[in-house]
Amino acid sequence: MSKMKLRSLLAIGSSAFLLAACQGEDASDPAEDPATEEETGTDSGEEAGEETEAVDFSIGMVTDEGGVDDRSFNQSAWEGMQEWGQNNGLEEGDGYAYYQSDDSADFVPNLNQALTDGYDIIYGIGYLLLDSVNQVADQNPDQHFGIVDDISDRDNVVSLTFADHQAAFLAGVAAAETTETGKVGFIGGIAGPVIDRFETGFTAGVAHADDSVEVDVQYAESFGDAGIGQQIAAGMFSNGADVIYHAAGAVGNGVFTEARNRMESDPDNQLWVIGVDRDQEEEGEYDGGNLTLTSTLKRVGTAIQESANQAMEEGFPGGETIAYGLEEGGVDLVEGNLSEEAWTAVEEARQAVIDGEVEVPEFSYSQE
Amino acid sequence: MLTTNQNRFNALLIPTLSILLGFIFGALLMLLFGYNPIDAYQAMLMGVFNSPYFMGEAMRQATVLTFTGLGFAIAFKAGFFNIGIAGQLLAGWVAAIWVALSFPDLPRIILLTLSIGAAIIAGAVWAGIAGALRAYFGTSEVIVTIMLNYTALHLTNYIIRNVLTTGNTTDRVSDNASLSVGWLTDLTQGSRINMGLFIAIIVVILYWVFMTQMTAGFEVRAVGLNPDASTYAGMSAERNIILSMLISGGLAGLGGAVHGLGTFGNLFTQSGLPSLGFNGIAVALLGLGNPIGIFFSSILFGVLDVGAGFMPNRAGVPDEMADIVIAAIIFFVGANYIIRVALDKMQSNKTAEKGGE
Repeated sequence: MSKMKLRSLLAIGSSAFLLAACQGEDASDPAEDPATEEETGTDSGEEAGEETEAVDFSIGMVTDEGGVDDRSFNQSAWEGMQEWGQNNGLEEGDGYAYYQSDDSADFVPNLNQALTDGYDIIYGIGYLLLDSVNQVADQNPDQHFGIVDDISDRDNVVSLTFADHQAAFLAGVAAAETTETGKVGFIGGIAGPVIDRFETGFTAGVAHADDSVEVDVQYAESFGDAGIGQQIAAGMFSNGADVIYHAAGAVGNGVFTEARNRMESDPDNQLWVIGVDRDQEEEGEYDGGNLTLTSTLKRVGTAIQESANQAMEEGFPGGETIAYGLEEGGVDLVEGNLSEEAWTAVEEARQAVIDGEVEVPEFSYSQE
Repeated sequence: MLTTNQNRFNALLIPTLSILLGFIFGALLMLLFGYNPIDAYQAMLMGVFNSPYFMGEAMRQATVLTFTGLGFAIAFKAGFFNIGIAGQLLAGWVAAIWVALSFPDLPRIILLTLSIGAAIIAGAVWAGIAGALRAYFGTSEVIVTIMLNYTALHLTNYIIRNVLTTGNTTDRVSDNASLSVGWLTDLTQGSRINMGLFIAIIVVILYWVFMTQMTAGFEVRAVGLNPDASTYAGMSAERNIILSMLISGGLAGLGGAVHGLGTFGNLFTQSGLPSLGFNGIAVALLGLGNPIGIFFSSILFGVLDVGAGFMPNRAGVPDEMADIVIAAIIFFVGANYIIRVALDKMQSNKTAEKGGE
């Protein structure tokens, strides 16, 4: 009996070693010729360039901790980049690529990895990456970078900013025109300058349309935890709010869940959610209809495409800040399920903002 | 004599087998989903070892992991699960940056000592809360440290926004508070490796001296092995519980200082707890509580951490897959208990048979 056990254990052990040995051998083989691999890589790249007229330009992006499938901010950047790549006959991994950051300590190594891989412009997606982009930009003055949602003063960095407060202002108008209870809610992600823009714009929009409407503002202190979103939404709905605007990335998924659950159990009590960054209409689908009132758009992808094209055609707009507002179509509000009346009010407000008749405040506190 | 040799052999064999099994399991997973594991591991290792920059980054990561690993290990030796390493690291990070920003013009030696000292105290206090509650009220240190993690996270974000600055990121600390060392940075082509590495080596030695050569260290170990017997022998269980938690938190706080002053040079709002805290647990388990073992396992984890970033773009393995493979390796490291039991069985069978013949 004990001999049997010993033998089987030995068998397991030796097979493990065999496997290990195989791995070692195999690993050492290709390890010798990374150079040839690289050569063939560039060869095929050149060939592809001659045959399909692919442009000789490549862009890479480094995500923040949200990742490319966050259904809002990073995803819209990546979708824009994919579209740009396809339009220019490029392939993922060669002409465009993303580097996912799991931790804030990954930002700088990821930027450097993209640098080693030779992308012409490397975009940092989100204000969290500003410091890291600046640091790597200083170390590599000849490399071009981009930063979204914040402003870098380096000559080799292009800054892409969005007037989120303008779109949020329209969302506020839409919410105030739609609410029946006279109470609306705002759920922010992590408090800070960028989300503050959303909050300030939204509150101003509500007040612009109807200053008797109350706004309940709360922050989730997360961009990823849908559970907290659901909890906050439950509280707001219970307190009588019937429209909630969220600017909280994946936290918003919980807001939609809570609204769907309530609408399915009590369809007469109409509740609405306003989506953010991408058109979130599909998140609002429930058995009896759709509860996504509308969504504010933030065209990060378009901004990346335009700056890449500009760099290819006219030269890299280094050191410049390209601001996208309502006027440029960089931010906007979709019509969604808005009533005709509300949509008219939104259109009027949009025109007023573009014409400068209404100035939307950007921050709730004074900037230094 | 024979048994100590055997033990020493096992002490090396168990972690090695854990790592190997982890890699094999990761490879099987990748094969199962149609990815080439050899390409993936090659991308990971070549990515790190072919470039001084990424080697420097791996060592930087390893430096902080050494502190969190040692921090977990000492509490573990005393019989506690300090899950709060991440929160204590944050506490240290905040304290170090706070002090550094408050006195930017002090001479470097003094400012660094003050900053790091503050970080150690902050980490120790944070862990000490759990230690004191455990010692005097018998509360579970696991639950208390988990809760303190979130308290630390939200407190950190509050302090950044309301005390240190109005935004999400503090100013950078002055050069006098930076841990970076010019020649080390140049040697690694601009990586963020810093003098924390030397501090880590010194701390590894101090840890070894404390645990094996000093009475206090012996008492900590004794309390961990059997608190009742130690109390009977005249040691104070309360004192040792608190002492080990203080050291544990102090080490985590020191890791936070090195992370803050060395890696980043500033502090920013966090959306979650730093993974360095939890990986420190895996590092400590892989190193089997031995300081030198912990140092080397943190280097392994540093390489894994930095190298995993190469798998998506160099080997076509999706980011999620890379994470799963790394998690599998950590799992096998954590499950080294199984390997130890298997080895014990094998060896006792062997001796039994020998005796029979």
